[in-house]
Amino acid sequence: MSTNKVIHAIYNDDDILMDAVKASRAAHHHIEEIYTPFPVHGLDKAMGLAPTRIAIASFLYGVVGLTVAANLLNYMMIVDWPQDIGGKPSFAFYQNMPAFVPILFELTVFFAAHLMVITFYLRSRLWPFKEAENPDVRTTDDHFLMEVAVNGNEEDMISFFKNTGAVEVKVIDKH
Amino acid sequence: MYTFSNKLKTFAFVLMALGLLGIAYGFLTAPKTTQDVEKILAESHHEGGHHAAAATHEAAAGSEAHHEAAADSVKQETPAAEHHVVATDSVKTEEADSTKAVVAPVVEEDHHDAHAAHAESHDADAHKEHEKHLEHVLHQLQNKPWAALYVACIFFMLISVGVLAFYAIQWVAQAGWSPVLFRVMEGITSYLLPGSIIFLLLLILSGMHMNHLFAWMVEGVTDPKSEHYDAIIAGKSGFLNVPFFLIRAIVFLAGWNLYRYFSRKNSLAQDEASDDSFYKKNFKMAAGFLAFFIVTESIASWDWVMSVDPHWYSTLFGWYVFASFFVSGITTIAFVTLYLKSKGYLEYVNTSHIHDLAKFMFGISVFWTYLWFSQFMLMWYSNIPEEVTYFVTRIEHFKLPFFGMVVLNFVLPILILINTDFKRLSWVVVMAGIIILTGHYIDFFNMIMPATVGDQWFIGVSEISSLLFFFGLFIFVVFTALTKAPLLAKRNPLIEESKHFHY
Repeated sequence: MSTNKVIHAIYNDDDILMDAVKASRAAHHHIEEIYTPFPVHGLDKAMGLAPTRIAIASFLYGVVGLTVAANLLNYMMIVDWPQDIGGKPSFAFYQNMPAFVPILFELTVFFAAHLMVITFYLRSRLWPFKEAENPDVRTTDDHFLMEVAVNGNEEDMISFFKNTGAVEVKVIDKH
Repeated sequence: MYTFSNKLKTFAFVLMALGLLGIAYGFLTAPKTTQDVEKILAESHHEGGHHAAAATHEAAAGSEAHHEAAADSVKQETPAAEHHVVATDSVKTEEADSTKAVVAPVVEEDHHDAHAAHAESHDADAHKEHEKHLEHVLHQLQNKPWAALYVACIFFMLISVGVLAFYAIQWVAQAGWSPVLFRVMEGITSYLLPGSIIFLLLLILSGMHMNHLFAWMVEGVTDPKSEHYDAIIAGKSGFLNVPFFLIRAIVFLAGWNLYRYFSRKNSLAQDEASDDSFYKKNFKMAAGFLAFFIVTESIASWDWVMSVDPHWYSTLFGWYVFASFFVSGITTIAFVTLYLKSKGYLEYVNTSHIHDLAKFMFGISVFWTYLWFSQFMLMWYSNIPEEVTYFVTRIEHFKLPFFGMVVLNFVLPILILINTDFKRLSWVVVMAGIIILTGHYIDFFNMIMPATVGDQWFIGVSEISSLLFFFGLFIFVVFTALTKAPLLAKRNPLIEESKHFHY
């Protein structure tokens, strides 16, 4: 019984993969990671992953963007150099607010979108020129790879994953 | 099969009966002569202007407060326009003269507005002016029950139209998630026929001069010799004339009703069919309907809503009205679905379907706001008198409903429905839905009332009763239609996907 041995079960269909994931979880095998060529709908739920918190982060980034935009506009258009554009009064923020809405909106979206992407990259430990982590190049083409920790009888596990419809089952010594 | 519970049926009849009583009360108590109006105005004066409309009205009759207020609001709107600034300054010294200068540029186009007429000859024959004003208020007060009826009638009819458009989109898109809701949508669109018949009757009565909802229908408005002559309306009379107006209304309503009739028929036939031929027919028909609908809906919104302000126009008005009733329609689908679900029907509807409906409620609310704001900001910014008068009237006399509806239709839905998990909770969806429907009723109120009853608006017996009556009728018609067919479109080719829809 070794802790750094893993099984790589490779599938060639996302529906078969989904069923295999459910079967593996029912049999209490520990799925470490799944590599897929495209996002498989509902896979995160089937794997039992905790729901993403990126939506909350995105909302907070949007609030930051809105605050930045409001302060930026207030400083530029009202405080620092009041500007008279189109005959609109420029002495109070609320009087000019309708004209500011497009910028308030755009900066909210800008902050939410960019910071969300950056957060996602940081959280997934992705950066430029990083070496790919996926153990099999076919997972970038048309195959799905499920990595499962070996726990208990190795032979039983291999036959179990063969039965779930895997086209290939390998035992790998990690590290 | 669904059975219409007696409790709900009784509730619908009670609503209709109360509504009819209230509507009749509204018509019977509307003032008949200018003497009645004088009494009403005197009473509201003694009460110390219990609401804004009465207060501003009294001010218009000569109080200084109004001139100050008007001048201030103009100052906020247009300080750079030089004559406005001058006029605003001179308010303090020459009250009467400046009133004309300040108020007239903004409201001169709006012949419904009492103040312009007042201001123009403030120091002329005061008595004659007073009589004219009383007659104007009389017309507004006589319009009030009609306008209340009109707003409620068009609102509920357009809800069923919005659901019909949503239904057609589901067919055209071959959407896999929604077929379990098709019978609910078909039930709601069954209100289209009675709703459009009543609405058409209202339009015909307007065309017969039973009311003054449409200023361009007034006799002599296109006749240069008449005292009612209006050059701008005369220029539009090739399009805005009663016969063509009614023909358009009949063609549009007939087209929508025909689509509703045949799509329902095919949908029911598909249940018993052995192949998908009815499904294909409905797909093609839905595509044709949507092409017809987007053109006719736009023209209909100019006719039925925008033409109450015949001098004013907005090029995105069709979309704006559409967004309003589309989100109301989707909200209604969610309500009926949740109601049926709570009674143990619609076994295949799960929280993912509710989640999708709530996403649409959220998304179309934002879309409505985008159109509302696009219309508002361009006109506010350019500040061209004939355009901006529309918003000046609303901000001066309808401040609470005008800005309140932005809170109801945008701020609250976005805050309540932005969370994914909330969109799956029935009680949250119902709360957001009540807010959205209230907000969009007020939206239609804001579209119709300023031009028809002006500063005499009030949400009173007429308005609430009209709403109750059509609400009762809507419940009765919709739930009767729901009993007529199984609640699952069992032979729809996408029904399996819809049953297992999960997200």
